[in-house]
Amino acid sequence: MSLAYYPGCTLKTKARNLEEPAVASMEALGFKLDEVPRWNCCGAVYSLADDDLIHQVAPVRNLIRVKKHGKTELVTLCAFCLNSLKRANLLMKEDVEKRDALNNFIDEGIDYSGEVKVLHLLEVLRDEIGWDALAQKVKLPLRGLKAAPYYGCTLLRPREIAIDDVQNPTVLRGFLGALGASPVDFPESTTCCGSYQVVGSPGDIAEYARPILSSASSRGAEALVLTCPLCDYNLGRGQKELMAKQRGSREMPLFYFTQLLAVALGLGAQVCRFELNHGRPALLLEEKGLLSRREIVQPIGGQR
Amino acid sequence: MTEKGPVTVSPRRLRREFVRRVKELSGQNLQLCYQCGLCSGNCPAASNMDISPRQIIELARLGLEEEIAGSQTVWVCASCLACAVNCPRGFDLAKLMEAIRLLTLRKNVDHIRPEDISPQERCDLPQIAMVSGLRKLTG
Repeated sequence: MSLAYYPGCTLKTKARNLEEPAVASMEALGFKLDEVPRWNCCGAVYSLADDDLIHQVAPVRNLIRVKKHGKTELVTLCAFCLNSLKRANLLMKEDVEKRDALNNFIDEGIDYSGEVKVLHLLEVLRDEIGWDALAQKVKLPLRGLKAAPYYGCTLLRPREIAIDDVQNPTVLRGFLGALGASPVDFPESTTCCGSYQVVGSPGDIAEYARPILSSASSRGAEALVLTCPLCDYNLGRGQKELMAKQRGSREMPLFYFTQLLAVALGLGAQVCRFELNHGRPALLLEEKGLLSRREIVQPIGGQR
Repeated sequence: MTEKGPVTVSPRRLRREFVRRVKELSGQNLQLCYQCGLCSGNCPAASNMDISPRQIIELARLGLEEEIAGSQTVWVCASCLACAVNCPRGFDLAKLMEAIRLLTLRKNVDHIRPEDISPQERCDLPQIAMVSGLRKLTG
């Protein structure tokens, strides 16, 4: 089965370790992630000002191309892309005046009124495949891996576009359970990592990371499971700074959920691109007997 | 959070045009807020702010433009929406923060200078960080 798929800019460059294991895993599950033709940047953040329509053009143009491609659903992987595309889609569905203005401005030959359903890959796994069916496809259960789901902001907020319960999300818990891992809940799983503030105030990022990492660690988590490339960047960078200050502290490995999916489906380390991760998270999988030493590719230029 | 001194409220300090513009840009009814402070309590960036999220709403509806303009708070907000989903009154504070930022950015006054981002940072930062950071902090 073919699914229209929107990768976004970061997945084609910095976060190939989020995309490549997803594409391989979905193929193993019988789904082809079919890239939308001529996709463009989604704008990364949704414009919050009421009069700002120009920044809606980029996400809406992508949605129009999905419709032109003859698809009714669009799958995203990047949490930022999901948020901006889904919010723009909601605007086109609900605000007639703005919809007309945008349709008149965007010269793509067809009108659009929010017909495409924007999904995150986790929703496809949960709602179209289901945890039981996924569990049956698992070849290498992640037994003994205590992994804490970290959702961040953009999968869950605002409420209108949330893929799960805003206060008590469970989708990653269900996902990890299906893979045979032991999910570890912690209260900071939906706390912001500092997001784009890293651009103007990089010195603040470690202090955003500190409560998230220490809370997960104090509850016995051996790793954090992520969905967003910016969470990965901020937590990885923050952790490196915190570890430099506190010698001897143990690294909390950071995985994308798609990497754990690929490992559990028996696709091996090669598709996971662990060399693009912060630190050396694959060592934990080796410790657990989930990867063999020869499979672990050494990070380029040492630790990031 | 850095404590600020007392604020003088008077009709002479009320900037009606400022109140009108932030209402228009944010699409929010400033009178909804009853100052319970859940926004401040849930904000992960509150400790870096000189005026708390709750106080920003109060100052905005009192039209105290100068107090807000001299504050770092709106530039520290990361639009994570922890305030919005926890507000018992359905007030979207992230939209108010954006409106206040835009009143500066639309005068072509940037909060950060792209040329100050080091070449190494530019190389390392994920694209979603660069695009969203520059969209939120420059005009």
